[in-house]
Amino acid sequence: MLNYDLVVVGGGPAGMAAALKARECGIESIIVLERAETLGGILEQCIHTGFGLHYFGEELSGPEYAAKFIAQIEKTDIVVKTDTMVLDISDNNLVTAVNKNDGLLKIQAKAIVLAMGCRERPRGALEIAGTRASGIMTAGTAQKYVNLDGYMPGKKVVILGSGDIGLIMARRMTLEGAEVKVVCELMPYSGGLTRNIVQCLDDFGIPLRLSTTVVETHGKERLEGVTIAKVDENLQPIDSTREYIECDTLMLSVGLIPENELTKNVGIGIDRITSGAVVDEMRQTDHKGIFACGNVLHVHDLVDYVTLEAQLAGKGAADYILGNSDENPCYVNGTTGNGVRYLVPQRVNINNKDDVKIYFRVGRVFKNAKVVLEVDGNVISSKKKVKLAPGEMENVVIPAAVLSSMTADSSIVVRVEE
Amino acid sequence: MKRDLTCVACPLGCPITVEYTDTEIISVTGNTCKRGEAYAKTEITNPTRSLTSSVKVCGGVLPVVPVKSDKPVPKDMLFDCMKEINSVCVKAPVKIGQVIIENILGTGANIVATNND
Ligand SMILES: Cc1cc2nc3c(=O)[nH]c(=O)nc-3n(C[C@H](O)[C@H](O)[C@H](O)COP(=O)(O)OP(=O)(O)OC[C@H]3O[C@@H](n4cnc5c(N)ncnc54)[C@H](O)[C@@H]3O)c2cc1C
Ligand code: SF4
Repeated sequence: MLNYDLVVVGGGPAGMAAALKARECGIESIIVLERAETLGGILEQCIHTGFGLHYFGEELSGPEYAAKFIAQIEKTDIVVKTDTMVLDISDNNLVTAVNKNDGLLKIQAKAIVLAMGCRERPRGALEIAGTRASGIMTAGTAQKYVNLDGYMPGKKVVILGSGDIGLIMARRMTLEGAEVKVVCELMPYSGGLTRNIVQCLDDFGIPLRLSTTVVETHGKERLEGVTIAKVDENLQPIDSTREYIECDTLMLSVGLIPENELTKNVGIGIDRITSGAVVDEMRQTDHKGIFACGNVLHVHDLVDYVTLEAQLAGKGAADYILGNSDENPCYVNGTTGNGVRYLVPQRVNINNKDDVKIYFRVGRVFKNAKVVLEVDGNVISSKKKVKLAPGEMENVVIPAAVLSSMTADSSIVVRVEE
Repeated sequence: MKRDLTCVACPLGCPITVEYTDTEIISVTGNTCKRGEAYAKTEITNPTRSLTSSVKVCGGVLPVVPVKSDKPVPKDMLFDCMKEINSVCVKAPVKIGQVIIENILGTGANIVATNND
């Protein structure tokens, strides 16, 4: 059995930033376990730019953003094991992993950071009639084909779901000479960033049809076309609006699900809405010494925020290992008010001495609304927003001075005022 | 004249309103930072976009390496630039930051590698 102070599960931007922060805070023995051949996570296939503007002040592509962190890791003696899959985490922080060289690895950790990222919702999660013709794939799989394997998966494309990956792939396929016929979105609003609608669809005249879905796929061996239809308020397809569209490729960009099998096995509490762990402001789960950050905690659209969150988790884990963390935390749970779907962190230790940033997403589109933070019924902040959309993560800050005035019975509410 | 834009200079995507005449920009509102103002001005006068793609690698581990334009290129030249990019095959090894195509189609932008192969 091996012993490490900190075991980081996943070597994407979250795992790398957490490991580096813990090292900066004085933790000597750190190991990062990554399932893929290289560090970098999903960023390796995200070759478009738009990463790092907030964190580095320059616009980088995914691989460039990752490379900066990989270079920093390489300068330290943080141990990295790639091609290594974590299979289990036990109640007493024993990590079981496997790889070709070492076989089965048992690693006893003092603290663990979970940074496994998320995966795309597959076709099985949708109700589409039709055969299992080839040419139907998730947008992320298509992204991997085009950007890493240098192979074009099709010529005439329909995209279902307006998540960022789908939008990015609409532009990528178009630039490579494919015809993207339409992007269909079930909801009355897009799930992606507005900037991506502008520069990936509008720029190329690709239509985005809201409140529309794919109801049937056609073709035996290879996809030959799809039938799309508008949906009513209950998201049920309206038969009279059925329309056939010829295509050889259907890409699904219908959401990401945090990869929390390991988390659930340890018995860590999961938030029903985020599908990630319930955490405090240092991203500690309800299992002492286990932290979570990045897309495994909640789906982020900006990697910059992933990095910041992972640094909190890295600091929290370091404090825990060094015995500097609060032995008697006093937690207050946040409450989602009007229009707010979830909060991360879900609970805040009011003994914390720093400002606490709470991230959230709204449940629908709001125009000219206010984001209000209330503590014990008092308005702490009220910020005007021209637009709020479910695709864009927002945040509010609880100032340290407010925290110090709170008690165990205090309340924290984040809501949208129209 | 007045036009509503979404700033694409960073992922915050601020909604921007530009007022302009045929000869000058009168006002830019809604932007959070300077980059937004600059974006709005070029968007009205000469829209540009950064271009990312990949180029073939000969003799490397991976079949392609990702690239970007180190400056935005005129929006109406994106497809011409793609033709150039797709006609190239670089020899391995490729290093991050390496210039693959200099001054592509006279736009002043270089196409550079964004990863090691
Ligand atoms: C297509 C796409 C486009 C995006 N575009 C942008 C953009 O323009 N701008 C921006 O700022 N952000 C963007 N993002 C968001 C950003 O890239 C992600 O939020 C960020 O990469 C998440 O980092 P992570 O480390 O949490 O997860 P990941 O990058 O997914 O890393 C998780 C890692 O954990 C590993 N892992 C999982 N399970 C195990 C296990 N059991 N054992 C060992 N290892 C394991 C995985 O192999 C993976 O490497 C985009 C994301 C995607 C998918
Ligand atoms: S105005 Fe500034 S902050 Fe707003 S989207 Fe543009 S670059 Fe980003």
